[in-house]
Amino acid sequence: MKLKSMSAEDKRVWLAIAGIVVLGICFLPIGQWLFGIRYTYTVRVVALGGSILGVISGALGCFAVLRRESLMGDALSHAALPGVAVAFLLAGRDLGVLLIGAGIASWIALRFISALLGTTRLKQDAAMGIVLASWFAGGIALLAYIQSIPDASQAGLDRFIFGQAAAIIESDVLLISGVGAAVLLTLALFWKEFKLVTFDMGFAGANGFQVGLINTLLSTLIVIAIVLGLQLAGVILMVGMLIAPGIAARQWTQKLNHMVILAAVFGAFAGGVGAVISAIDADIPTGPMIIVVAFSLVLASITLAPGRGLLWSSWRRRLDSRRFARQNALRDLYRYVLSHGSPGTPVPDAFIRGIGDRSAALGLAQLLSAGLVELTGDSWRLTDTGIEAARRDAHSLQLWDLYRLYADDLDLPLLGEDRHLDIRDVLPADAIGQLEAMTEQRPN
Amino acid sequence: MNDRVPLALSVEDLTVAYHSKPAIWDIDLGVPEGVLMAIVGPNGAGKSTLIKAVLNLIPRAAGTVSFYGSPYEQARSLVGYVPQRGSVDWDFPTSVLDVVTMGLYGKLGWLRRPGRRERDLALFALNQVGLLDLVDRQISQLSGGQQQRTFLARALVQDAQIYFMDEPFAAVDAITERAIVKILHQLKERGKTVLVVHHDLQTVEDYFDWVTLLNVEVVASGPAAEVFTSGNLQKTYGGRVSYLHDGQVLAAGD
Repeated sequence: MKLKSMSAEDKRVWLAIAGIVVLGICFLPIGQWLFGIRYTYTVRVVALGGSILGVISGALGCFAVLRRESLMGDALSHAALPGVAVAFLLAGRDLGVLLIGAGIASWIALRFISALLGTTRLKQDAAMGIVLASWFAGGIALLAYIQSIPDASQAGLDRFIFGQAAAIIESDVLLISGVGAAVLLTLALFWKEFKLVTFDMGFAGANGFQVGLINTLLSTLIVIAIVLGLQLAGVILMVGMLIAPGIAARQWTQKLNHMVILAAVFGAFAGGVGAVISAIDADIPTGPMIIVVAFSLVLASITLAPGRGLLWSSWRRRLDSRRFARQNALRDLYRYVLSHGSPGTPVPDAFIRGIGDRSAALGLAQLLSAGLVELTGDSWRLTDTGIEAARRDAHSLQLWDLYRLYADDLDLPLLGEDRHLDIRDVLPADAIGQLEAMTEQRPN
Repeated sequence: MNDRVPLALSVEDLTVAYHSKPAIWDIDLGVPEGVLMAIVGPNGAGKSTLIKAVLNLIPRAAGTVSFYGSPYEQARSLVGYVPQRGSVDWDFPTSVLDVVTMGLYGKLGWLRRPGRRERDLALFALNQVGLLDLVDRQISQLSGGQQQRTFLARALVQDAQIYFMDEPFAAVDAITERAIVKILHQLKERGKTVLVVHHDLQTVEDYFDWVTLLNVEVVASGPAAEVFTSGNLQKTYGGRVSYLHDGQVLAAGD
C-alpha cells in the first residue's frame, strides 16, 4: 500500500510546491538585479518575518475560505485597529502589548458579530459590515488623537493601517515564530474537530462535539493569525494575506491537508517576497506589495491548475464535445441504416448533417479518420468496423436498459447509470453474462 | 404495547418557536424499539425541525426528550444522524472515504486520530451502500444519489441504535432509492430504530411500518396500517391531498 505510486493529485501538489520554491529562489537574484535589493541583515530579517507570517495566515486562512468567512477576516482585521490604539495609550509601544490589544479588540468584534446574528434578524453581511466600519472608525479617531499628543506622534502606529515590513526587527520575528508555532500546533491537535465542524456542523453537533467551543477556538486562531500579520500587511489588506493563499491552494488539490500545506507555502512566498520588495524603501507600504504577489499566485492557480483551472476546464469541455459528437454521429447513422434496410445502406450527407449541424460535422470527421465510415459522393456508408462499433454501442444501451430493470432481482453491483460508458467496461463479466441471459429471454 | 416493547425515543411537550411562532408545537411522541418510522407532513410542517430539536441541534422552547430512558447527553453514542444532503458544501476538499470516517470521530473523542481500524469500518459501510469503487473519489464529483449514499454510510459506521434521516429519498436516482430501502430493512433486522423524514406518500406503506403524521402538531402516530388513513392524511394536509388509495383505506378514513 505504501509503495503505491503517488496519485496524480499528490504529484500536482508536489509540483506546485516545487514550483513555488524554485520561484522563491529565483527571486533572490532577480530582485537584486531588478530592484537593486541588497540582502543585508535587515532585509533577511524582514524576509524571514514575512515568510513565517505567510505560513501562519495561509494555513489558518484555508479555514476562513472553506467556512465562507473570508469577509469575516476582513471585518476582524479592521476591528483590530482601535485595540492597537488603546493598548498604546495604556501601555506604550511594545509590539507584544500592541498585538494583544489588537487581538482583544478583534475578538470582541467577533463575539459581537455572533451576538448580533444570534439575537437579531441581521444577516451576516450586515452584521460584519456594521462592525467593520464602526470599529475601524473608532481606531482612526483614536490614532488621530494619539498623533496630537506630543512625543506620541513618533510611535508610527499608522504602520498598522497599510503595514510596514521595514519596521520588523529580530525580536518581532521571535515573537511571531513563538506564537505562530503555538497556533499551528493547536491546529494540528484539533485537526479532526476543525475539519468536521467546517464540513458539517449539524452532524458534528449530533455526534456530541461541542460545536460552539470548537468554532470559537478556530475563530480565535484565525484572529491570532490576523493580529500577527497586522504590522506587516496592515489592517486594511490583511484579509488578502489570509485568504489568497488558501484560494490559490484550493485550485491545486482536493484534500484538506494538502490545501493547508500548500497555502502555507504560498503564504510564505507572498509574505517573504512582498516584504522584501517593500523593504527596499520604508515608504513602500508592505500590505499592497504582499497582495500583489499573492494575487499573482491566485491568478496563476485559477488559470493553470489541472482539474479546476480555466485552461484545464476549457480543454476538457473540448474533449467532451468531441467525444459526444462522435458517439452521437455513429448512433444517428446506425439508426438511419436500420430503418432503411441493411447496415450497408448509404446515408445522405444532407440528412445526417441536418440532425446535428456543427456537432455532426465534428463527429463525422472523427468517424472518418478512425475508419468507421467512408464518404462516397455525398453519402456516408458505415464500414465493417463501423457497423461493429455501432452494434456494440447499441448493445451496451440495451444492457443498460436491462440493468435498470433487473439489477435488483439479479442482485447486481450498484452502479451509477453512466449510460454514455460501455456497460462492459463498468460491470464485471459475470454480471454482463447474467444480463445477456436476460436479452435472450426478452428479445425486445 | 409500551409495557412489552421499550421506547427507543420518547418526546414530551416538545415545542420549538421561531420569533414566537411555533414551528413544532406540543409534540408527544413514543417510538417503540425496532420500528421503521416515516415522519410525513406538508412543507413547513416542522419535520426537519422535529429531528433537529430532538438531537439538540436547535434550542427548544419547551419539552423533554429521552432515548431509551436517558437524556440526549447520556445517549449520544446510541444516535445516528443523516442530515439533509443540501446542508453541506459538497465542494469541500475531501474524499468519500474521509467523509464516512467522520462518522467515527465522535467515538474517537478529542485528539485521537482515525487509523487502520476506522478505515476498515468505513470501507465496510461503503460496501453496504455500493460505493466501494468510489472510496477515493472527491466528494465534489459525486452525483446527488452518491452523495446521499455517502451520508448513509457515514451514519452506518456510527453503529447507532436509533437513526434519524432527514429526507434521504429527496431527489435521488432509482438505484440510490433501492440501496436506501435495502439498508433500512437491514437496520430493522438488526433491531435498530429508524426515523425518516419522508415526502413521497405513495411509498410510505411499502417502506415503513410506523408513521407519524405531522403538521406543526402531531396529527397521528402509530403503526402504518392504523394511522396512514385518508382521514388522517386529510387532517394533516387539509383538503388538498389528492392521494388516492385502495378502497380499504378510503373506507377506514370515511
